[in-house]
Amino acid sequence: MRHIISILIENEAGALSRVAGLFSARGYNIESLTVAPTEDPSLSRMTIVTWGSDEVLEQITKQLNKLVDVVKVVDLSEAAHVERELMLIKVRATGKDREEMKRMADIFRGRIVDVTESTYVVELTGASSKLDSFIAALDAGLILETVRTGVCGIGRGDRILKV
Amino acid sequence: MMISGAEIVIRCLQEEKVDCVFGYPGGSVLHIYDALFKQEQVKHILVRHEQAAVHAADAYSRSSQRVGVALVTSGPGVTNTVTGIATAYMDSVPMVVLTGQVPTAYIGQDAFQECDTVGITRPCVKHNFLVKDVKDLAITIKKAFHIAATGRPGPVVVDIPKDVTAQMCEFEYPKTIQMRSYNPVVKGHLGQIKKAVQLLAEAKRPIIYTGGGVILSDAAEKLTQLARRLNFPVTNTLMGLGGYPATDRQFVGMLGMHGTFEANMAMHYADVILAVGARFDDRVIGNPANFGEEPRKIIHIDIDPSSISKRVKVDVPIVGNVPDVLEEILKLMDAGFKADAGVADWWKQIEEWRGRDCLRYKQDKLIMPHYVVQKLYEVTGGDAFVTSDVGQHQMFAAQYYKFDQPRRWINSGGLGTMGVGLPYGMGVLFANPGAQVACITGEASIQMCIQELSTCKQYELPIKIINLNNGYLGMVRQWQEMFYSSRYSQSYVSSLPDFVKLAESYGHVGMKIERPEDVEPALRKAFTEHKNDLVFMDFIVDPTANVFPMVAAGKGLTDMILAEDL
Ligand SMILES: Cc1ncc(C[n+]2csc(CCOP(=O)(O)OP(=O)(O)O)c2C)c(N)n1
Repeated sequence: MRHIISILIENEAGALSRVAGLFSARGYNIESLTVAPTEDPSLSRMTIVTWGSDEVLEQITKQLNKLVDVVKVVDLSEAAHVERELMLIKVRATGKDREEMKRMADIFRGRIVDVTESTYVVELTGASSKLDSFIAALDAGLILETVRTGVCGIGRGDRILKV
Repeated sequence: MMISGAEIVIRCLQEEKVDCVFGYPGGSVLHIYDALFKQEQVKHILVRHEQAAVHAADAYSRSSQRVGVALVTSGPGVTNTVTGIATAYMDSVPMVVLTGQVPTAYIGQDAFQECDTVGITRPCVKHNFLVKDVKDLAITIKKAFHIAATGRPGPVVVDIPKDVTAQMCEFEYPKTIQMRSYNPVVKGHLGQIKKAVQLLAEAKRPIIYTGGGVILSDAAEKLTQLARRLNFPVTNTLMGLGGYPATDRQFVGMLGMHGTFEANMAMHYADVILAVGARFDDRVIGNPANFGEEPRKIIHIDIDPSSISKRVKVDVPIVGNVPDVLEEILKLMDAGFKADAGVADWWKQIEEWRGRDCLRYKQDKLIMPHYVVQKLYEVTGGDAFVTSDVGQHQMFAAQYYKFDQPRRWINSGGLGTMGVGLPYGMGVLFANPGAQVACITGEASIQMCIQELSTCKQYELPIKIINLNNGYLGMVRQWQEMFYSSRYSQSYVSSLPDFVKLAESYGHVGMKIERPEDVEPALRKAFTEHKNDLVFMDFIVDPTANVFPMVAAGKGLTDMILAEDL
């Protein structure tokens, strides 16, 4: 099953490689990984999307907690949460496709953030599945380039991950 | 007063009451070596290879309750330590390794003797640090000792660039340390402990299965107390030997791949397993799919939550410091505890298994390796520190030397590193001056750190090297005999040195023992007449001797090959 793991980690040099190294050394999957400092610059927040059986997930959280730099770990997907990912997608926008692209971007509540005679760059935010659907909805031949940030997420309501 | 980074390093070691450091100098640590030179409190032991420095520091820890320290230079100095660090990591040994690094301004420029120490060691340390500012030096070293010794212990590397050791700074050593990201649990969950006691009282076929965690947490006494109160059978893993007195009736021997018949059978057929500081490793329980008979309940006490339910599903997990948890269990038992009457039948069954006498062997014309270990046990009164290398001799040592005390059996269980035996002996002697130390080894393993014979001469370390010379990479040969139709691919070692002359050339005493009747007299002579000498005893043993019982890799514990079957 797919899980979204949120980690608060000391913002030290090498912290990222400790986490990435743990995943590769123990054969855990990483679908996406994002990291940036929090409002407290001494802490970074990392979000990892992974999948595996319940036993594997239990080991992942335990092993992450064991890392000396890791302050807290939660599995966001265990309860209500908000998941967002941002995608920039460059598409061919010529002739009749130009209008169609604009329409598709609107339907998905995307924004066109760069325009040339022949291309658009569409910015789209949402759950990963929404970004996937957008890609699927486009004619593959028109997609020139995509870039995605990977997932970041946060618990709903009173679920707060803080020191 | 401002002092240099190098002096700070030494002052920190003094503050930590470190009496000796195992090391090898080089360019990037010259300032530190200069600071070492100017004081006497911290003694430096000059090894002949950095790997040995780390092994020695590791054994210093294992054989005492203190943290071993190694000091090496950057680049090749560091890469030479990796085997030693990984060895300590696999067996959770607390240790601090100080490494030199090129000056901060050169890092990343492929400078002379530069390597990414933090990167190379990351997967085999509990934690590591690169100190980029002299102001962080003292606190980092404090953290290193704290992290190494608390929670599930392990090696910590502190990488120190040369310029940092030259910079000047005020020295202040923090008394205590608080880390928001690192707070190991000590006390076990009381609810779980209550459940455990309940299960113990209901058990009809119980077993206490203990590992290295009991040794590392100095819980042997508490464990013995608990086991005696319960009157349950006790088995130890290879790393747990000495956690419960091996000569006690309740002890059923080591379990696992080369465990005793009675230990493996009892473990398999138990209805309640009390696992203490052990991790259900593959060499211990074989394939988890073939492990045990349901229904069965497992209570698991361990300081490391990730050890629990990693390979085998646990019913009552108790995360905490082993002696603290055992204390709680004992307290609860004081309130009234009665073991199930069924345990008496279980003991009958165990005695029947024990009656198979699975460690029996025949001492004929050729010296049997078992026999040498048995005689060593007798000659040393069971009171020696025994280090070993890796191979058949290690298993013979574990099976035939009966350890009644913790921290006496020093070997590489997790990583299985050949070459540790001799440097382990060195570390033991620095932590326990005057102790009897025997290094049980093989002609192949001993050659992996043989250069340390020189260190042993310099510091007059009277280790007794028991070389069980079978002319083969014996354990490899055994597997090839059993699982590869005796195709002995590269397991015969020709061109062995004359070990007697070799020992003598280093200034030690050498003996070659070829007849069974000479075994005991030679050992006696080594431990009395040559008490203060390093004696290299080259025992020419039966080259075909194998280690039994044996559970083939991936099989279940009851699937044992016994000597009597052959
Ligand atoms: C550094 C290292 N390399 C290879 C091995 C694999 N290995 C395990 S036992 C063994 C043979 C050891 O031979 P010896 O030291 O003579 O001991 P014996 O088994 O004959 O008692 C080997 C090669 C190892 N454990 N460690």
